Amino acid sequence: MAERYVLSIDQGTTSTRCILFDHRGRLVSVAQREHQQHFPRPGWVEHDALEIWRNVQRIVPEAMAGAGADGGQIAAIGIANQRETTVLWDRRTGAPVGHAIVWQDTRTDALVEELRERPGEEFFLDRCCLPPSTYFSAPRLRWLFDRTEGLEQRARDGEVLFGTMESWLVWNLTGGTGGGLHITDPTNASRTMLINIRTLTWDPELMDFFGVPRAMLPEIRSSAESYGEARALLPGVRITAALGDQQAALFGQTCFSPGEAKCTYGTGSFLVMNTGTDVVRSRHGLLTTVAYKIANEPTVYALEGPMAVSGSLVQWFRDRLGLISTAPEIETLARTVEDNGGCYIVPAFSGLFAPHWRSDARGVIVGLTSYITKGHLARAVLEATGWQTREVVDAMNADSGLDLKELKVDGGMTSDNLLMQFLADVLDVPVVRPLVAETVSLGAAYAAGLAAGYWPDLEVLRGNWHRAAQWLPDMDPERRAREYECWQRAVERSLGWVRTPPPAG
Amino acid sequence: MAGPVQSIERAAAILRLLAGGPRRLGLGEVASSLGLAKGTAHGILRTLQHVDFVEQDEATGKYQLGAALLHLGTSYLDVNELRSRSINWADALAARSGEAVRLGTPLEGRVLVVHHVFRPDDTLQTLDVGALLPLHASSLGKVLLAFGAAPLEPVLQEGLEAYTRHTLTRPEDLRRALAEIRDLGWGAEVQEMSMGDAGVAAPIRGHGGLVVGAVGISGAVERVCDTQGRPLSSLIALLREAARAISRDLGAARW
Repeated sequence: MAERYVLSIDQGTTSTRCILFDHRGRLVSVAQREHQQHFPRPGWVEHDALEIWRNVQRIVPEAMAGAGADGGQIAAIGIANQRETTVLWDRRTGAPVGHAIVWQDTRTDALVEELRERPGEEFFLDRCCLPPSTYFSAPRLRWLFDRTEGLEQRARDGEVLFGTMESWLVWNLTGGTGGGLHITDPTNASRTMLINIRTLTWDPELMDFFGVPRAMLPEIRSSAESYGEARALLPGVRITAALGDQQAALFGQTCFSPGEAKCTYGTGSFLVMNTGTDVVRSRHGLLTTVAYKIANEPTVYALEGPMAVSGSLVQWFRDRLGLISTAPEIETLARTVEDNGGCYIVPAFSGLFAPHWRSDARGVIVGLTSYITKGHLARAVLEATGWQTREVVDAMNADSGLDLKELKVDGGMTSDNLLMQFLADVLDVPVVRPLVAETVSLGAAYAAGLAAGYWPDLEVLRGNWHRAAQWLPDMDPERRAREYECWQRAVERSLGWVRTPPPAG
Repeated sequence: MAGPVQSIERAAAILRLLAGGPRRLGLGEVASSLGLAKGTAHGILRTLQHVDFVEQDEATGKYQLGAALLHLGTSYLDVNELRSRSINWADALAARSGEAVRLGTPLEGRVLVVHHVFRPDDTLQTLDVGALLPLHASSLGKVLLAFGAAPLEPVLQEGLEAYTRHTLTRPEDLRRALAEIRDLGWGAEVQEMSMGDAGVAAPIRGHGGLVVGAVGISGAVERVCDTQGRPLSSLIALLREAARAISRDLGAARW
C-alpha cells in the first residue's frame, strides 16, 4: 500500500510553505513561495490575498510532486497562518476588498489610543482578555468601515466577508464563490478582540462596540475537526485543522501539558505556555489566548509573551551597522570577546512589547566606554534576546504559578549556540531544540492528522518528538543576578523616551 | 598541453586594473581599458562578483575589489554560517538514519565540531560543538584530508597517534585510505578513535567545488556497519544525499 501523508500549509508573513509529513512526523517534501510586502505609507503593511491564494495553488502541487504523491495519499490537510492579518472579500465574486492589513500594521494607533481612554482596557480585558492594540483585527475593521463608503452596509448585507488568512484559504479551497466554507478556529478568533474567550463565541457587546456585523464573521469551529472536503487543488481530501502559527508551533512542540512552553525565535520571538483548561488572566503583561481546541474536548488556553525585536536586531546589526555580512556571523563576532564588557542593548525600536507594553520606549545602548568593541556589541545583541526571554518567563511563572522546567525552542536563531547557551544560563533551566525545526507546519499537520485519525492520540505525537540538542545552565547564580539587574536598569533607561507632543495652540 | 584559458587571463587583468587605483571603475572604463567588448567585460565582472572577488556599488553601479580577496588565505565560510545553512539537512539526516550527526571543519591540525544533532532516541547526550577530533582517526578528519581542506604534511610530521589498535598509524596506510576516500566520495572510521564506535562522513562543497567541511554519521559499530565491519550502504546513501543537499545550498547562494 502506498505511504500516506498529512499535508500542511503554513501561510506566514513573508512566505507560504506546503510540507508533507509522514507517520513519524518526518518532513517528506517542502515547497515554498514568498509574497510581496506592500508598504503604502509609513507604518502600513499590506498583503495581496489573491497573490497568496495563487501561491498556495502553485506550492501544493509542487510539494505533492516532490513526494511523488497523489491526492489519494493525503490523509488530511492542516493550515497554520500568520495571525491577526485582516482580509475582506466579496462573497459573490471572490475578489478581496483591497489589500489584507497585516498584523504589523500600525494605522489604527490613534483609534487604539482612544479605546484605552474610553471605554478603557478593562472593558476589553473582561471580555476577550486582550488590551487594545494595533496588533489585533477588530480596530482594523472599524478603521476600514470609517474610510470606505458603503463597506459597513455591504458587510451588514452579508456581501462582504471577514476572515484571517486561514478563513480566506479554507473558503477558496472548499469552493469559493461556489459555496466555500466561511470558518475560523478559536486560536485565530481569540486574536480579533471580538470573541468571549471563555465561551469562544462572537461577543455581542464587542461586535456592537466595533460595529462589526455578525453576517460578515466566519463560523468558529474547533482547531482540529473535519471542516469539509477540498474542492480545489486536492478534491475530496478533508481539511481538518486550522491554527494560528504560534499556537501551531506550541502544538508541533507537543506542549500538551500545563506548564509546558515553547519559544519561537524569528524576526520577533514568541513565548507561549500551555495553561491547561484554565483561563489565566495575566497580571504581569502577558496575553491570554487560546492554545487549541480539539473537536469537542475542553478548550486549552495559553499565556503568550510576544517580543517584537530579536532576530530583527541581528538584521539591524547586519544591514544598518554593517558590522557583519550574514546573520550567523553575529556568533563569530560575539565569540571574539569573553563577555559584554558592561554593555547592554535594549531593542525598543517601536516601543517594548511583553511584559512592559510601553510604546513610549525607544532603543538604548548603555554602558559604553572606550573599552567596548564591536564584539561586545555583538554579545549585547544576542544577550538582549536572552534577557527579554527571561522577563517573559518571570511573568509567566508569576501569572501561572507553574514554574517553567525546561524551554523548548525553535526558529532560525536556534542555530546560534552562543545564544542558546546564554538562554539556558539566564533562565536557569535546560533549553532543548527538537529534531524537526518546522514546528509551525508540523503543528498544523499534527492537529489535522489527529482529527483525521492518521494519528490516534497526543501520546503518539509526543513519541515523535525527539531532542536534537540540549543546553544546560552553567552560570554562577551571583553573576546571573548581577547581570539581570544591569539589564533591568538598562530597560528603565529606555522608557519614556518618546514624549507625546504638546496639544497644538 | 592546453594553452592558457582566455577568460581567466582576462579576469586576472580586470582584477589588476581594479587593484591599480583607489577609484571604483564603471563597466565602460573596464571594457575600454582592456580593449574588451562591454558584454565580455560584464560577464567576467558578474562572475567575479558571484565569487565575491569584486563588489559593485549599489548607487553608482561601479566596481571595486571584493573583501573576499583580502582573506584568500583564511577560511571563506564562517563556521556559524555553515551550521545555519546545514541545520535542516542535518536534522533530516539524523531523523532518517537514527544516528547522531556531526559537522566538522579544519582548525589548526584538528577537526572542529561545528554542529551536532543528537541521536534521536532521547537518551542523555551532551552537545559536542566546539570539541576537537584528530584528523587521521576520525571519518570527518579523513574526509577533510582527502579533499585538501586540511593539509596532510603537518599531520604526518606530528606523528599518527594510535587511539585504538585500528587507528591508521603508518603514513602509507593513511595515504592509501585517503586515495580510496577520493575515489568513493565518502570515508569511514571503524573503531579507529574508540573501540565500539564507527562513523562515516562525506565532503561539503562550496563555490567551485571547494571542500569547506564534512558531515558525518556516528554510532555504535554494530549499528553503523554490517557483520564484516563495512559501513551500511543505506546509511551511506542517506549521508551522501544530505552532503549534496548542503553543498547545493552553499554553492547556489551568495555569501
